[in-house]
Amino acid sequence: MASLDTPRIVSSRWSLPDSHTLSRYLDSGGYVALRKALTMFPEAVAAEVDAASLLGRGGAGFPAGRKWSMLRRSAISYLVVNGDESEPATFKDHYLVERDPHQLVEGVIIAAYALQVSQAFIFLRGEFALGLERVQQAVNDAYEYGALGSSIFGSSFSLDIVVHPGAGAYICGEETALIEALEGKRGFPRIKPPFFPAAVGLYGEPTVVNNVETMSNLPWIVNNGGAAFAALGAGRSTGTRLFALAGRVRNPGAYELEMVKNTFRDLIYDPRLGGGILEDRAIKAIIPGGVSAPWFGPELLDVPLGQDEVAEKGSMLGSGSIVVLDETSCVVRATWRIVKFFSRESCGQCTPCREGSGWLERIMYRLENGGGRPEDLDLLLDLSDNIAPGLTWPPQQTTICVLGPSIPSSIHSAITLFRDDFVAHVEHGSCPHV
Amino acid sequence: MRHLRTELRQRAEELVGLYPQRRSAMLPLLHLVQEQDGYLTPEGIAEVAELTGTSEADVRGTASFYDMFHLEPVGRYVVGVCTNIACLLRGGEEMLAHASATLGCAVGGTSSDGLFTLEETECLADCDRAPVVQVNHRYVRTTTPELFDALIEDLRAGRRDHEVPHHGTLIRVRRAGGLHAEHEEIVSQRAASRAARDERAKESQ
Repeated sequence: MASLDTPRIVSSRWSLPDSHTLSRYLDSGGYVALRKALTMFPEAVAAEVDAASLLGRGGAGFPAGRKWSMLRRSAISYLVVNGDESEPATFKDHYLVERDPHQLVEGVIIAAYALQVSQAFIFLRGEFALGLERVQQAVNDAYEYGALGSSIFGSSFSLDIVVHPGAGAYICGEETALIEALEGKRGFPRIKPPFFPAAVGLYGEPTVVNNVETMSNLPWIVNNGGAAFAALGAGRSTGTRLFALAGRVRNPGAYELEMVKNTFRDLIYDPRLGGGILEDRAIKAIIPGGVSAPWFGPELLDVPLGQDEVAEKGSMLGSGSIVVLDETSCVVRATWRIVKFFSRESCGQCTPCREGSGWLERIMYRLENGGGRPEDLDLLLDLSDNIAPGLTWPPQQTTICVLGPSIPSSIHSAITLFRDDFVAHVEHGSCPHV
Repeated sequence: MRHLRTELRQRAEELVGLYPQRRSAMLPLLHLVQEQDGYLTPEGIAEVAELTGTSEADVRGTASFYDMFHLEPVGRYVVGVCTNIACLLRGGEEMLAHASATLGCAVGGTSSDGLFTLEETECLADCDRAPVVQVNHRYVRTTTPELFDALIEDLRAGRRDHEVPHHGTLIRVRRAGGLHAEHEEIVSQRAASRAARDERAKESQ
């Protein structure tokens, strides 16, 4: 059975009626943390976040406190919130922005205070039309309430937040591409080094880019202290996390669970969570952290949901999304669809990614549609090796950003775990399981 | 000669004022042009170029990178059906085929009455309601063919306009006013806060 008796930190209001409104937020403890933070020194607020050991919830899992400490203190610097949530099967930020936008806004103001930045931007993917409305309304309300704007709650801290709509591009989730989009350009990731926008970011200024869920944790951390947050979870994975469960499960959904204390099996099978597999079928594979992550076979279901725990087994917790394939799912078709996604979303700057994704997609297409050749399996792996040499995890990089090296994950995993399925597609021209 | 109507032009100027550099308003401005024209008309693109201090070629080149911007006319309702992994596993492809049959147009095409444009989308981040369908970027949660057909009927009759505004209207909630904190105020606050912090750091050493 899953362990569910821990506090819900970011999803506590989801079940309340009108959870997106200021009045509901205020009568459920809203903006108390901000008032408290404003009585503390900015570096003391940052120290609480550091003590919480909050790992960034976007995908890379970089400690938020350390990211903040890299911000060179110059006259103008920016805080940018990454709400581009486009990693396939990830839908936690979607609910955070629609169901508790004030929690996000309060988190952003707290972070801006800790960092002493003058302007913050909340970048939301354009497909979140309702989310954009809710967050914009929350920002409008926060101004009116005195939580934003000039001299917040009578303090000597002022801040403006601008809500910025994206326009449909997966790559804008990459923080330097997001900054380019925010500067009104194509979403091309920037050449590294500099590796972090904390050195050169928006308009060339030091910038911190944090995920929506990361920001949404901050009110709780300020209210309860970093130590209380760090007491949850285990090892490097502290606090709770939203896990977005999708695919062939009875109850797909976004579930907030204490880090490490539950396993993939708990999440998928507990009747209060995933509720098991549709029609009680067997699990074929799971994709543990977004489609950039290598797959797990059913023998790894007892791995705990923690950053290092999943990394030790050769994959990543990534964006916290978990896709379940059952015995009737065609892994060749699934792989083809994932590669097609990368091919469509490659920004086109780097040859291995732009050309490689297209080649891989065309080979996968012919395999799936009855035109596969015996040598295609080796060809797929050889091409994959050209994009991510050695096919290691984490992958070697041949491109400006990590989109390219993420492409081979599915192909390499699927061929390693289910070579027979690929061979059957070549021999029979169709899937033996569907 | 301005192409954006007065109200939208005023909003566009406010948007430009929110950013330290006016080019940053590019994506929001392009959304505004679509709100008025339904797609990115040459006149709209010219006005965005003027507002952002860029060229029309630059605006067009930027816009063409993004899936949500249409350089050709589209229907009043843009129907997006996701077929990415989570939806693939729960009937996304079948939903897309059904939508194509119901609307009588190919994927990427527009229905003969000009009302609907059908798109195959990448993940729309609503995977627990798969297969996911959006109309004009609003989640409509029609997970079965029957629900989809009922939705289309409603849209045709204009019965869903309160929840699915016409194509191009991305958000109906507008920012109330421009920036509130004066630049000088921010600069002086930051200088004071840095001085105070350095003082504290010195004391603690």
